[in-house]
Amino acid sequence: MDFGIVDLSRLQFATTAMYHFLFVPLTLGLSVILAIMETVYVVTNRPVWRQMTKFWGTLFGINFALGVATGITMEFQFGMNWSYYSQYVGDIFGAPLAIEGLMAFFLEATFVGLFFFGWDKLSQRGHLVVTWAVAIGSNFSALWILIANGWMQNPVGAAFNPMTMRMEMTDFYAVLFNPVAQAKFVHTVSAGYVTAAVFVLGVSAWYLLRDRHVELARRSISVAAAFGLASAFSVVLLGDESGYNATLSQKMKLAAIEGMWHTEPAPAAITAFGFPDQQARATHYALRIPYVMGLIGTRSLNTEIPGITELVAQAAGRIRSGMIAYDALLTIRAQQAATPADVTKAFEAHSADLGFAFLLKKYVDDPRMATEAQIVLAAGDTVPTVWPLFWAFRVMAALGFGFIGTMIYFFYRASFKAMNFPRPALHLAVWMIPAPWIAAEMGWFVAEFGRQPWTVDGVLPTAMSVSSLSMTEVALTLAGFVVFYSVLFVVEIGLMLKYIRKGPFQDVTETEIWAARHSNRLAGRPAADAIAQPAE
Amino acid sequence: MILHEMLSYEMLRLIWWGLVGVLLIAFALTDGFDLGVAVLLPFVARTDTERRVAINTVGPVWEGNQVWFVLGGGAIFAAWPPLYAVSFSGFYLAMFVVLAALIVRPVAFKYRSKRDDPRWRAVWDWALFGGGLVPALIFGVAVGNVLQGVPFHFTDDLRSVYEGAWYAKFFGLLNPFALVVGVVSLAMLVMHGAAWLTLKAEGAVQMRARAIGSAAALVAVGGYVLVGLWLAIGIDGYQIAGAYVTDGPSNPLHFAVTKGGSWLGAYALRPWIAIAPILGIAGGVLACLGLRAGREISTLLWSKLAIFGMISSVGLTMFPFILPSSTDPKSSLTVWNASSSHLTLFIMLVCTVIFLPMILLYTAWVYKVLWGKVTEADVTDHSHSLY
Repeated sequence: MDFGIVDLSRLQFATTAMYHFLFVPLTLGLSVILAIMETVYVVTNRPVWRQMTKFWGTLFGINFALGVATGITMEFQFGMNWSYYSQYVGDIFGAPLAIEGLMAFFLEATFVGLFFFGWDKLSQRGHLVVTWAVAIGSNFSALWILIANGWMQNPVGAAFNPMTMRMEMTDFYAVLFNPVAQAKFVHTVSAGYVTAAVFVLGVSAWYLLRDRHVELARRSISVAAAFGLASAFSVVLLGDESGYNATLSQKMKLAAIEGMWHTEPAPAAITAFGFPDQQARATHYALRIPYVMGLIGTRSLNTEIPGITELVAQAAGRIRSGMIAYDALLTIRAQQAATPADVTKAFEAHSADLGFAFLLKKYVDDPRMATEAQIVLAAGDTVPTVWPLFWAFRVMAALGFGFIGTMIYFFYRASFKAMNFPRPALHLAVWMIPAPWIAAEMGWFVAEFGRQPWTVDGVLPTAMSVSSLSMTEVALTLAGFVVFYSVLFVVEIGLMLKYIRKGPFQDVTETEIWAARHSNRLAGRPAADAIAQPAE
Repeated sequence: MILHEMLSYEMLRLIWWGLVGVLLIAFALTDGFDLGVAVLLPFVARTDTERRVAINTVGPVWEGNQVWFVLGGGAIFAAWPPLYAVSFSGFYLAMFVVLAALIVRPVAFKYRSKRDDPRWRAVWDWALFGGGLVPALIFGVAVGNVLQGVPFHFTDDLRSVYEGAWYAKFFGLLNPFALVVGVVSLAMLVMHGAAWLTLKAEGAVQMRARAIGSAAALVAVGGYVLVGLWLAIGIDGYQIAGAYVTDGPSNPLHFAVTKGGSWLGAYALRPWIAIAPILGIAGGVLACLGLRAGREISTLLWSKLAIFGMISSVGLTMFPFILPSSTDPKSSLTVWNASSSHLTLFIMLVCTVIFLPMILLYTAWVYKVLWGKVTEADVTDHSHSLY
């Protein structure tokens, strides 16, 4: 395969998107954890909770800056590198991005300044409202982005308009309540919560191992374990919901993930382990568990899940249908209002397959001239490379079950064993910190690489979506992003480590004021009441 | 879906032309002073404490301000997809440079105060300076190029192709006329940043900001007049030739367009639009006087008026053109042939009507909470919590 502008543009998009998603999950989850901690502070009035909010808030801020900065790249890149995509589906895809700005990003970004600078300028409750606004803004942001992304996976509520040569929205509610988008939203947000929970758990465990900031660390673990337990269950169960939806909309992606080369009698078995072989269309050394795939994919015992070979045959049929649509489209474009009624009718009957005709452009300039051999080749292109999908999915799923186990354990120790954590468990928690990031990146890889060869499933091939740019331009910006992002990454990690080592800032005055105000109540207690003392 | 037909397609296109203008002006009015303060930073603030004062005047608000720009980009994507596709890919390397600036800026704000090392802080100070200078200049350069028309065309399936090799595409943007517009844009935002510092800072920082800002206001006004004269004698305008419909499908190739005549012909056609340049010039002059006299609140308002007048005059002068093509005029994008569908424009309008007032309300509340000057005592007493 020769490496062209499409591959280079894909490489740049993948690099910048995966880099962006190093910061997003922590923002999503940590913003909610901050809001929970501050709520406890406002309810109980104990300074340690305020100190916790501020300490985790500092780490949140370091992470947030890069999340925002790299997010702007994402919004601009559609126009810069994927301009035909932007022109072709902007009527649908642009709307959720703009609404994200209006409804969510504005809220988050306007209040995040007050979160950091408003402690002395706002009442306790006023500041709590600000913190919740940041958390809600971040999470709504994810909703709209995933509505946009969900539409690329399952393009509902839109139709091709031959007069404007693009897809146009026909049903906003269908786009909004796209089941794929909804499942992806909850799955992604839960993944963010797990990420933040594992992060808070790991950093707190590190403090406990060194016997530092014990009060802060223990309370942080109790929040992280409870929050993480709920979200770890949610991320796995909602991941299952995504699987069910994929059966309905993206059968090829599901078949590739499962290495299902042929349709099997229902209920299908799941391949837990094996080595997929694209050439032979077989999975070697497969370890198979009966029934499970059928249950996950169809929620029934008698519905078949189609295999790759059968799906390729279907794709060939849709390519032939798309060729009819393409032929009619050219007539409509040339004759406009004077188009004969039967041509219009033919176009309407076959326009859903128009995108499949575009797959032929790789082999022939005019898809109408395609030979049978070229149709077979183009149909074969609808299969993504199986082994990376197969493995990335299994790594993600295994980590997901690992998070459930970890969170159950820490929740149990925190709730029923007086926050007494054995040292090996604390070590494990520290080493686990990178795991949710690996799982999240794998998840996005499966979602987006599994969508190939399409940018919009069944509608627009990736190869057609790119801008008319030179290799030099894209190579320059890709190199620029790589250098720039690498430097920022080193700076970011350096600062994170510095502030984790430094630990929470102890505001002595604040604690003294609080202690004086509550002197009556505190007088009846033992002098060393840990809760009344600052965390050092 | 009958609801969206309550508003005609033509009306919705007009509204969205206006709304994108409002978003871009709002960006210049809010994030404009952040960019201006960043450009002024090395000149108005010499010690670390002074620099922290200047940075903390915008510290809590720049993040929200920048969303006007992100939202402007999103609104162009949603309401004018062909414009988004052509301009972002056509100005490819220039967009990358702006992106680099917009990436480094948030990081510089956030990370500068995280270490005490003077070299660390000096690096981020220059990053802030560059992060302010580059967008302020390039936005103006982009406007200068749009006024001249840019070399692109659409193929039959509406793929946009921007002509020229990559270096010609990039350096071609930096032509004399566009650079003059770039200087106007930069001077305008420096004036605005100075007006903001006059309101929010005191002492030496304020004095220096007033001196530089009043000079910048004069440069902005002088440059603006020069651009007007240049448009009158040296730059061709564009006209739609023949009959056209204002509610037809959004296909840029459906119109016939000719290059020739002057943009300023619009002022003969619609004399009322002269109000925009008059406000722009008057606002700039009054902001200059206000900066000299040291008036705080009124100066910022005059500066806003100048920005409003200058930016809106560009849109009003070019109407109904949005992005003319210099090499293939019939590919030019206008208000009537480059929008989203009727339904999408309507849905986006409903969302805007719901959320924009809320945004304005809570943004106003945030500014109210932060009202008052940032003093040297503030930044030294709160060295761990402020930037």
